[in-house]
Amino acid sequence: MKTMNRQSLPGQDDITRTSLSNGITILTRSNFNSPSVVIGGYLSCGSLFDPDEKLGLAAFTAEALLRGSRKHTFQKIFDMLESAGASLSFSAGGHTVGFTGRALVEDLPLLLSLLADSVRHPTFPDEQVERLRAQILTGLSIRAQDTADMAAITFDQILYGRHPYARPNDGWPETVQSITRRDLVEFHHLHYGPRGSVIAVVGAINPGTIAEQVEAVLGSWHNPSQPDLPALPELKLLKKTVTQKVRIQGKFQTDLVIGSSGPRRKDTEFLSASLGNSVLGQFGMDGRIGEVVREKSGLAYTATSSLNAGIGPGSWDVSAGVNPSNIQKARDLIVQELTRFVDQGVTAEELSDSQSNFIGRLPLSLESNAGVVGALINIERFDLGLDYYRRYPEMVRAVTPEDVLTAARKYLHPDRLAVAVAGP
Amino acid sequence: MKNIFSTHLLNNGLKVMLKEIHTAPLISSWIWYRVGSRDEVSGHTGISHWCEHMQFKGTPQFPPSYLDRAISRDGGIWNAFTYFDWTTYFETMPAEKIDLSLRLEADRMVNSLFDEKEVASERTVVISEREGSENEPIFLLGEAVQNAAFRSHPYHHEIIGDLTDLKSMNRDDLYGHYRSFYIPNNAVMSVAGDFNTTEMLSRIQELYTQIPAGIAPARVARPEPAARGEHRLTAEGPGETAYLDISYHTPAANDPDFFPLTVLDSLLTGPSSLNMFGGGGISNKTSRLYRALVEKELAVSVGGGLVATADPYLYSVVITLNPNHTPEEVLTAFDKEIVRIQDEPIPAGEISRAIKQARALFAYSSENITNQAFWLGYAEMFSTYDWFLNYLENLSRVTPADLQQVAQRYFRPQNRVVGIFRPTGLEKK
Repeated sequence: MKTMNRQSLPGQDDITRTSLSNGITILTRSNFNSPSVVIGGYLSCGSLFDPDEKLGLAAFTAEALLRGSRKHTFQKIFDMLESAGASLSFSAGGHTVGFTGRALVEDLPLLLSLLADSVRHPTFPDEQVERLRAQILTGLSIRAQDTADMAAITFDQILYGRHPYARPNDGWPETVQSITRRDLVEFHHLHYGPRGSVIAVVGAINPGTIAEQVEAVLGSWHNPSQPDLPALPELKLLKKTVTQKVRIQGKFQTDLVIGSSGPRRKDTEFLSASLGNSVLGQFGMDGRIGEVVREKSGLAYTATSSLNAGIGPGSWDVSAGVNPSNIQKARDLIVQELTRFVDQGVTAEELSDSQSNFIGRLPLSLESNAGVVGALINIERFDLGLDYYRRYPEMVRAVTPEDVLTAARKYLHPDRLAVAVAGP
Repeated sequence: MKNIFSTHLLNNGLKVMLKEIHTAPLISSWIWYRVGSRDEVSGHTGISHWCEHMQFKGTPQFPPSYLDRAISRDGGIWNAFTYFDWTTYFETMPAEKIDLSLRLEADRMVNSLFDEKEVASERTVVISEREGSENEPIFLLGEAVQNAAFRSHPYHHEIIGDLTDLKSMNRDDLYGHYRSFYIPNNAVMSVAGDFNTTEMLSRIQELYTQIPAGIAPARVARPEPAARGEHRLTAEGPGETAYLDISYHTPAANDPDFFPLTVLDSLLTGPSSLNMFGGGGISNKTSRLYRALVEKELAVSVGGGLVATADPYLYSVVITLNPNHTPEEVLTAFDKEIVRIQDEPIPAGEISRAIKQARALFAYSSENITNQAFWLGYAEMFSTYDWFLNYLENLSRVTPADLQQVAQRYFRPQNRVVGIFRPTGLEKK
C-alpha cells in the first residue's frame, strides 16, 4: 500500500547533536506530524552521591527542584505549566537525575526556561521541603506494604551486597527523616552542574531553533565544584543461593524475584543476553517462563524475566506474583527453567523469533516523540553512535545461539541465585 | 496531510470504522463487543473478563501459542480489555503485516475452543489476578464503595468478578456467554493507520461477511434507584496509610451533564485524558482539591475520575491521607471545596484553562496510532463516534452557570458513598 511523509528510523542524517561550551549535549530530531514537543535528559547527580545515613538525598533534592525558585513560587511554576497543558518532572536514578517534559510546540520556550530555572536556581522553601518530606514518607510506608516493591528491593540487597547498587534510591524512612533543608541546598550547590548533562528535544521545530533556545537558558551555567562520580567497586558474586523473605501481613499474594547479575549496557554480551532474555521470559506472552508458570501451571497472572543493564553491573531476574501456598512450586519451576536455559541455551528457531521481534517492533517503539527522545538519550548515555538504530537490525541478526549460551552461562548461575520473597 | 475517515455497515451487522493515517508504517486494528461486567448476573460475575482470557487460548486454525509467536515475530503488540459495558481486542502491527490481525479476529469471533484443560488453568490465573489486586488497599476500598453504590444495577460488582463465582463457573457457562455475545451484529471494528481505505474495506468484507448474524442479546436492565441518603463505609487492612474514596452518582456519558462534570473534575482534581496508550498526563498541583488538601498538609495526594459509561456510574475522588490527620478532618476540608464550587461564581478563565489542557492531552496522544484506533471504537460502546468528535466542542460550550448547577445537582451528600480505608497498623515483631 502507498505511504507518504512518514518517519524512518532515526540516524545521523536526521539527528542533530551539538555541545555547548559548558558541557551540555543537545540532541534533536524534528517531527512535524504532531503539534507537540517532548524533552528529556539527565544531569550527573544521582543517588550514588548519597551518604548511607542520608540515603534518599539525591531523590529528595530532585523532587524539590520544582518547589520554588528565585523567580517563581511552587504554585506559580505549576500554574504556568498546567495552564499551558504542559508537564515537567524530575526523578533520581543511581548515576543521574532524569527529567522529562512535554508541551505544545509554542510553549517550548516556557518549558525550557522552567527547566533551566529549576536546575539552576531552586530555593528549597522550608515549608515546601517539609510538605514534600511528608509525601515521600507516606510513599515509603506504602512501599513497605507493596509486595512487588519489597521483593525487588530485597533482591537488590541480596545480589549487590556491599555494592552501592544494593541501596534503594528513595532511601528509608529514617534516612529521609534525617535530611535537612541545608543538606538539599548543599547537595544542589555541589553536584548540580552542566558537565555530563544531556538534553534531547523532539517535535515540530527545527534543530537550530532548539539549540538556540537551550543555549539561551542554560549556556551560561557553570559549576566548577561539580565532582566526578565515585568509582564503583567490583561486584562480589554470590557463592551460593541466598534466600530472604519479607513478611507483609494481611496480603493475598506473594511476590518472588529470582536471579543473578547481568551485563553492563556497554558489555559486548548485552545484545546476546537481551535476546536470550526475550526467549526466557519476554517473547510472546512472556517467553518460556510465562509458558511454564502461567500457561501450563496456572500459577500466576504475572510471570516474566527482565534484564536490567545500565552503566554498572546489571541484574537478570525472573519475577512472579503467586498465591502464598504456591511459592515453592513456582520457585522450583523457575529454577528448572533457568537451569535448562544455561544447560541448553536457545534453539535457532526461538532465537530467530526474538530477532524478528526486536527488529519488527522498532517502528512501534519510535512512533511517538517520547519514544524518539528515549532512543536519543539511550544513544548518548551508552555511546551507541547516531547510526545505532539503522545498524541495529544487522547487529540483532548477527547474534547466534552460541552467543546467547555464552552470555547466559557467564551471568546466570542456577546454583548461586538471589531469591527474594515478599508476602504474608 | 488529510486523514481519510469512513464508516461502513456490513450485511451481517458488523460496523467497520476506518481512518487512514500515514505518519508511521503501522496499523492498529480493534474489535469491540458490547459485553462487559454489566451483562453478568449473580453467580456469573467475572464471566466476561474470563471469556476474554479464553479468547487467547486458541481455535482449530490458530492453536494457543501460534498467535503469540506470529504477532511477536512481526514486531506487533496485542492485548484485550474488559470493562463495564464492553470487551475489546486489538493488534498494532507493522502495516504490511496487519492481515494476520484481520484473520485472527474473524476466526476467534466464532471458533474459539474453550478447552476444559485451558479453562481449568485459566481459573487459577484469573484468581491470581484478583489476589494481586486485593494486595492493594485502593482496590479493596474501591470495591467496597462500588458494591455499596449499586444495589440493583449490575455495575455493582468488580469487573474481575467475585471469588466464589470464579471458583464455581464452568466451561459451558463461559462458552455459552461467548456464543451469545460474540456475534458480528454486536460488534464494532475500528482500524487506523497506514492503509488504503478501499483495499482495507474489501479485505474486511472478504473475511467477515461470511460470519452469520446472531440474535443480539438483551442487556441486563435494572436501573439503580435514586440514593436515599449518604452511605458511609469502612474497609480495613494492614499498613499505616489511610485513604478516602468519595463517589457521587453521576449520569451516563450521553447525558448533557456529563460535559460540565468533566470540566468540574478538571477544576477539582486536574485534567484526565481519554486515551489508553502513551501521551502522558498533566500534573494537578494547581487543582482546587490539591490546594485545599495537599497544600494544607491534610493529604499527600488526590485524584479524580469520571468514567464514560452507557448507564449512570460514579464520579470518584480518591485521597491518600497525611498520617497526621483523620479521615473526618479531610472530609470536612473536602466538603468546604465542594460547597465553594457550588456557591461561588467560577471564573471563566478556569474553564478555558481546562479546555486548553484537554486539547493538549489530545495532541500528545494522537501521535500514537494505537490510540487513534482505540478512539474510533471507544465512544461507540456507550454513545456514537460523534460523542468523541464533539467532545472538545461540548467542553468549550460549558458555562460557569452550568458548572454551578451541575455541582449542586450531583455533589450532594445524599448522592454519594464515602469510603474510608482505615489502616490497622504494622504487625508487632
